[in-house]
Amino acid sequence: MARRPRLLWQACPVAQTELRSTGALAGTAEPAIVAKDLKKSYKEIEAVRGVSFEVANGEIFGFLGPNGAGKSTTISMLCTLVNPTAGSARVAGYDAVVDQAKVRQRIGLVFQDTTLDDYLTATENLRFHAELYGVPRELVAGRLQQVLEMVDLWDRRDGLVQTYSGGMKRRLEIARGLLHAPSVLFLDEPTVGLDPQTRSNIWKYITELRRREQITIFLTTHYMDEAEYCDRIAIMDNGVLVAIDTPEALKGSIGEDRVELHTDNDQQAIERLMEHFQIKAQVSEGAVTFHVPGGEQFVPRLFAELGVAILSVRVARPTLDDVFMTYTGRTIRDAEASGSERMRSNPWMRARGRR
Amino acid sequence: MATIAAVPGVRIAGGGTSADLRALWVVWKRELIRFRRNRMRIVTSLAQPVLFLFILGTGLSTVISTADHFNFRTFMFPGILGMTVLFTSIFSAISIVWDREFGFLREMLVAPVHRWTLVLGKCLGGATVATIQGAIMLALAGLVGVPYNPVMLLVLVAEMVLTAFALTAFGVMLAARISDVQSFQVITQLFVLPMFFLSGAVFPVTKLPVWLGILSKIDPLSYAVDPIRKEVFTYLSIPPVIRHTFDPGISWGSWNLPVFVEVGLVAVAAVVMLSIAIRQFSRPT
Repeated sequence: MARRPRLLWQACPVAQTELRSTGALAGTAEPAIVAKDLKKSYKEIEAVRGVSFEVANGEIFGFLGPNGAGKSTTISMLCTLVNPTAGSARVAGYDAVVDQAKVRQRIGLVFQDTTLDDYLTATENLRFHAELYGVPRELVAGRLQQVLEMVDLWDRRDGLVQTYSGGMKRRLEIARGLLHAPSVLFLDEPTVGLDPQTRSNIWKYITELRRREQITIFLTTHYMDEAEYCDRIAIMDNGVLVAIDTPEALKGSIGEDRVELHTDNDQQAIERLMEHFQIKAQVSEGAVTFHVPGGEQFVPRLFAELGVAILSVRVARPTLDDVFMTYTGRTIRDAEASGSERMRSNPWMRARGRR
Repeated sequence: MATIAAVPGVRIAGGGTSADLRALWVVWKRELIRFRRNRMRIVTSLAQPVLFLFILGTGLSTVISTADHFNFRTFMFPGILGMTVLFTSIFSAISIVWDREFGFLREMLVAPVHRWTLVLGKCLGGATVATIQGAIMLALAGLVGVPYNPVMLLVLVAEMVLTAFALTAFGVMLAARISDVQSFQVITQLFVLPMFFLSGAVFPVTKLPVWLGILSKIDPLSYAVDPIRKEVFTYLSIPPVIRHTFDPGISWGSWNLPVFVEVGLVAVAAVVMLSIAIRQFSRPT
């Protein structure tokens, strides 16, 4: 798993360098996405408070963060669905506010919630899309077969979408997002609510897609394990980007193992850790958690010197969870628990929903 | 893999007038596919006008005295055609609310086409479906003593097309502002039923109290039903007195509106409502 991103960078050298001003891939004038100080406020709430980043052509770029961090709002602005309050974004070479139609022709969108017509068959849904996106008539049949085969739905193409399972619908949406051969594909939480096997299949498609179609993929997720598939990830929290780098580099930047303790007295354990070891610990998801270099060697000392009864110990190599924790001071699950109340204004749902 | 090589990438999609026309066509086609597939809807939306015509109509004809050879159901028939078109059109238009609920509306709104193509396609689709339903009701003409005159049938279909288009545009205009399905009931109560009752579909509106007469003249559906009634009555062999009672036309003061003015009013209303609907759907977020 750890080797995977490295292989991907080799296929895509630009991905290694973050925040480059110009894309270096042959024949491409500029990066697939350039966001400059994007901001969006809804009345009281500052959903996005100024984010800047670039995504190179051919990159898989992940936006990681808890619900309500501003990921969906950011993706909506890039997709021209929501106009930014301030700042600018260029997508596929066009301004996302000024040239909305041009941007829309060049991007594919797969939404968090289903946007299929249940009363139509898979083929009819795709044909509808092909007409709306002006796919040349002579190419429609071939493209349709190509994308349906890619997501293993060719045999079910004439079934009504209402008879599809959740995973099949998702795959169909991804197929539809690709039908018009966009140069940038946006996936908003592509695997949310799906079973692990379907999730892993969808990731297989996504990586395969990038290889076959040579497209840039921008996605949001709040699954840490999925972020591992990305060439680079941006961690978003409370409307700002707190880190952008490759998953490897982000994990490497921590350099310490995570230790989780269950004790008789967590508060006392935290105090002792600070007094005796000069280690700052906190309770996270019910366990006293802290980071030390060489965690395994540290555990025997801990038993000998902590002076609080230890019920269990877990030592883990750094994961993206730890990265998230390092940059935001809490785990993504804790962040979700406190953040879910904060923002119900998902712009995807509100694209048209006004009274 | 062979297919991959054989099929070139599309890259930059569409743009221009032909793209708009394709979008319009496919939105229209979707309405027809959904209509054809939902047989229950075809049956249920025909059941209501049939009930009105044959149960309510027959019941009323026992208490309303008319000449022997004129049945009250014959009077109701044009109104029932209007009703069929009204209910089907509004139902088609209101499906936008369902599309929003189930997300499909977003698929349309993010497409790189002008919004007017989507709105116009929807209105034409709804109008087509409503006209088909109206034409099915029209086939029952013989049962209520209306002759099957080809010219009359053609004129009636044309009038139903216009009415259906105007009403779908009206519905789409409303649907732009409705974000939940529950409000559909409210809309039906507030607009559809009053429009139906005031249009002179179930009773002649000449001898109404002043306030009700005014409301009837405000009701746009009145101007759609009246030409249909005039057309039907032209082909009935009934005494002028009865025709005058049951086919009085619409008067503004002492001016009895000719058909072309009524049709013109409906057409103007259709264009106005269509433009409002397009504007509502074109607003940037």
